[in-house]
Amino acid sequence: MTDNNRTEIRTTMSTTFDYLDRLEAEAIHILREVAGQFERPALLFSGGKDSIVLTRLAEKAFRPGRFPFPLVHVDTGHNFPEVLQYRDQLAAQLGEKLVVRKVEDTIRRQRLREPGGKYPSRNPLQTYTLLEVIEEFEFDACIGGARRDEEKARAKERIFSVRDEFGQWDPKRQRPELWNIYNGRIQKGENVRVFPISNWTELDVWRYIQRENIPLPDIYFGHERTCVVLPSGQLLGLTEHLQLDDEDEIVTRQVRFRTVGDSTCTAAVESDARTVEDIIQDLLLAKVSERGATRLDDNISEAGMEDRKRNGYF
Amino acid sequence: MDLLRFITCGSVDDGKSTLIGRLLYDSESVSLDVLAALEKRQASNGTVDLALLTDGLRAEREQGITIDVAYKYFTTPRRKFIITDAPGHVQYTRNMVTGASNADLAIVLVDARQGVIEQTRRHTLIAALLGIRHFVLAVNKMDLVNYDEAVFARIATDYAELTNHFHLPAATAIPLSALQGDNVVKPSQHLPWYTGPSLLQHLESVPGAQETEAAPRFQVQYVIRPQTPELPDYRGYAGQILSGQYRRGQRVRVLPSGLESKIEAIEVNQQEVETAVAPQAVVIRLRDDVDVSRGDALVPAGPEEPTLTRELEATLCWMSEQPLWPGRKLLVQHHSALSKAAVSAILYKVNVQTFARVHTEQAQLNDIVRVRLKTALPLAVDHYTDNRTTGSFILVDELTGDTLAAGLVEAANSEYFTAPVAPPVAFSI
Ligand SMILES: Nc1nc2c(ncn2[C@@H]2O[C@H](COP(=O)(O)OP(=O)(O)OP(=O)(O)O)[C@@H](O)[C@H]2O)c(=O)[nH]1
Ligand SMILES: [Mg+2]
Repeated sequence: MTDNNRTEIRTTMSTTFDYLDRLEAEAIHILREVAGQFERPALLFSGGKDSIVLTRLAEKAFRPGRFPFPLVHVDTGHNFPEVLQYRDQLAAQLGEKLVVRKVEDTIRRQRLREPGGKYPSRNPLQTYTLLEVIEEFEFDACIGGARRDEEKARAKERIFSVRDEFGQWDPKRQRPELWNIYNGRIQKGENVRVFPISNWTELDVWRYIQRENIPLPDIYFGHERTCVVLPSGQLLGLTEHLQLDDEDEIVTRQVRFRTVGDSTCTAAVESDARTVEDIIQDLLLAKVSERGATRLDDNISEAGMEDRKRNGYF
Repeated sequence: MDLLRFITCGSVDDGKSTLIGRLLYDSESVSLDVLAALEKRQASNGTVDLALLTDGLRAEREQGITIDVAYKYFTTPRRKFIITDAPGHVQYTRNMVTGASNADLAIVLVDARQGVIEQTRRHTLIAALLGIRHFVLAVNKMDLVNYDEAVFARIATDYAELTNHFHLPAATAIPLSALQGDNVVKPSQHLPWYTGPSLLQHLESVPGAQETEAAPRFQVQYVIRPQTPELPDYRGYAGQILSGQYRRGQRVRVLPSGLESKIEAIEVNQQEVETAVAPQAVVIRLRDDVDVSRGDALVPAGPEEPTLTRELEATLCWMSEQPLWPGRKLLVQHHSALSKAAVSAILYKVNVQTFARVHTEQAQLNDIVRVRLKTALPLAVDHYTDNRTTGSFILVDELTGDTLAAGLVEAANSEYFTAPVAPPVAFSI
């Protein structure tokens, strides 16, 4: 290569190759490693923005071929209808296989106790359904959209995270993960959870959605919604699953969701952001983290997430 | 905006996690709810323990130490940072190696009261070995030595002697107090004698990663074959450009087969492009119908080719509780290429105190050893110092799948192999 050539590359690098390109390249590389190393991988698809971004990355990784894995939705039954509609539409548009397994059926089959209380979240029960579907299809790797910036226990997890046959994470026995070499070799019964967007922040995800022009379910944008005001001041969208009483304060507010999960434990934030750009501006000013603003179940204990991961949670 | 990945290292309790907490806190990167949770655990004297921002595991909080690496993210108007907080304890060195393998810069912390100690040397050696070229010597806990310039100067000199003597990259020395926040983000009035940049100012100004400088390297991760009526014969080689640049029409050689062909097309997101550079993820199509599969390298034919070899000399960071003995069979994973292998000889071990080469029969957990490795399949490798990607590999236990070692290619041609260090001779009178 001539000297002339070299200078030219350097300038294109510095002007057009920014951190978002790097994060994208890293994620695509990880997805292709999954395809190359595993027999029966799956992409866990919740209908939330992170898993939607994963499907876009999978298109970039595998088109014009098909995805080497199905999309798998573990359905709590506590859904936002817009999200289900979006899920089915996206799967059809991509022409990829969608597997849906319902927490409800697991509860019936395994005679689990339905969560009670005012806000009966089925989040903890998702793990059971996930393990069932892993067993049913003999998935050896499950790709998920978790990010390290979400929570302090997640900040510690590897990109290829080996789990035992109960899906448990042992933070003291994590494999070293060197350079960009991902070791997916496992013994029978073990399973790997793979997190291609580990190094992305919430803001990165939104910037990527903006850059790629990715459509999202409407609930991510400001809309009017009837909500219950929680003691913490958080707003929870009104659904038939909540057990309300006379004391509860019901309000109608302009809100959007920062994450979508089980509707009984995912709070809305007040916002009139109408576009992705508005949301990015919101986030730049936001003083509260995604989880802090929206998850009811993490506040329970200091080690909430770590404990759930140890027990097989994603 | 560009990206800088850095790691903190140094001995237990030198203040690595506190420093990162301080960086996040003073650059207003900590959200209110996370702060509120932190304040709940406030110490009796009213200060919040900023190390808890990164020490995210229960065992870490209970023991007040870091066990595994934590990744944190923050952005300034100048740059985006990925921070890796490594544990200082010797027992967890392999986790530190995990963090260092991806870092562009290392902050080596030293407790101002203790100066350069064994663990400072060990971590400096490992970070340098792993190819980190930018070092910061952070002389921490200056508050406990009355912000004394002489203490700082002495430690900076000691460390410079170390790096000079062993030809390690020179470090930028910065005095600070992670606990008090002196000179971490903002300059401090307690350090009037110090006129250099604060730690953050320095981090904002060092150069970032530069993969384009090295020779062109590409490895196939996955073969895309749609086999649809529209695309019956499409064969695309999906992978990441590991270094350098590729362009359409370029002559390439497939390794290990040695077959030659030309690049018919480079696709990024299904769009054909003229050129692509590292670290882009691309699909390459070849003009000829040659046999190419996962793990194969596509490289420009000619003088810049990597070495194709079944025997190489490498430095290992041994990461398993089971010792390594010569003759041990295992797997080598060279990115997407996988082969059976055997360690044919342990040439020597590096004493991390004196950096001397010493004879050893076995490698124990966290040892750094030079070995000779034989592989069943030929691998296309470069020297680690020339190419951090194609010069690196891991060793894997065939049965358990555990990662046993990080490997750095030192010589791929038997002409350059080192003689083993002989065992000490026992003299008798
Ligand atoms: N006085 C003073 N104390 C400090 C300073 N920085 C850290 N410390 C204290 O040193 C102790 C250890 O700090 P950590 O940040 O946990 O140390 P570490 O280097 O991360 O330790 P490991 O991760 O376990 O290796 C804590 O009690 C801190 O409060 C400083 O600048 N001044
Ligand atoms: Mg620490």
